[in-house]
Amino acid sequence: MRLPNWLHKFASPPHFYRIAARIEPWMLWSGLAAIAVGAFGGLLLAPPDYQQGDAYRIIYFHVPAAYLAMQLYALMAIGSAIGLIWRMKLAYAIAAAAAPVGLAFTGLALATGMLWGKPMWGAYWSWGDARLTSVLVMFFLYLGYMLLHASLEERSTADRAAGILAVVGVVNLPIIKFSVEWWSSLHQGPTISRLAAPAITWDMLWPLLVMVAGSVLFSMAVTLTRARAEVLLRERSARWVRDAAEACA
Amino acid sequence: MREFLAMGGYAAFVWSCVGLSFAVFAGLMLTARRRLRSVRGRIRIRQRNAAPDEGSWELRA
Repeated sequence: MRLPNWLHKFASPPHFYRIAARIEPWMLWSGLAAIAVGAFGGLLLAPPDYQQGDAYRIIYFHVPAAYLAMQLYALMAIGSAIGLIWRMKLAYAIAAAAAPVGLAFTGLALATGMLWGKPMWGAYWSWGDARLTSVLVMFFLYLGYMLLHASLEERSTADRAAGILAVVGVVNLPIIKFSVEWWSSLHQGPTISRLAAPAITWDMLWPLLVMVAGSVLFSMAVTLTRARAEVLLRERSARWVRDAAEACA
Repeated sequence: MREFLAMGGYAAFVWSCVGLSFAVFAGLMLTARRRLRSVRGRIRIRQRNAAPDEGSWELRA
């Protein structure tokens, strides 16, 4: 199977580096602005929940982190799969750049989830809960990917080995997503990502949507910055890299 | 709202999450930029030194 021509053009490292440098500041600042608006709306404007009181406001930080943890894992796995199948170096670079960002968001989702669990469930953690345990497995998959990648001297071998781990770990994503439906869980079921209307009032929903959008933009900007560094490392002998490094001196 | 801002009830858990989240955002942004700057710097140093033995130069991590 062949890749489309436009993708080949985009996958050219100098082309990607230039495009990423151009769009990254826009994504970063619009993401930070949206996060500020969403946090203000969620913490100060949204009404308290009739059952959870103010504790539910953790949702404005927990949900974007958990959403991004899964999306970034999918990005890492897709990048690795493209690298394994079509030997595209840029795809490996993007996968390697997404891993630390995804790890940070998974850690944040776990920590904020625990801080929400204590007042609502009476415990920070429950090993019997499939959602909590499967997200912890994803945290270790990210960690495993990064450690495996860093431990192998030859970069192409490291890319392939870590890429296989990332692709195999994709099986955990549907388990995370559907764990609250398949098994009895302390964690609540889906509130927004379901076919029916969201089970949350608009006053509470809009700050959450703004926070998710802002966090997505922010994570893309950070991943692009890391991907640019990865591309420079991998292409360090190329003429365009020397020119790019000098231009930024 | 006044109780929430005064850290009453469960507000301490919420504000802990807020602090943690902003610390993670700041950490991600700063480490990504520092890494890009460091890679660029090492490439410039490599260029200036123009080492004859290209293989001995290691940029990883």
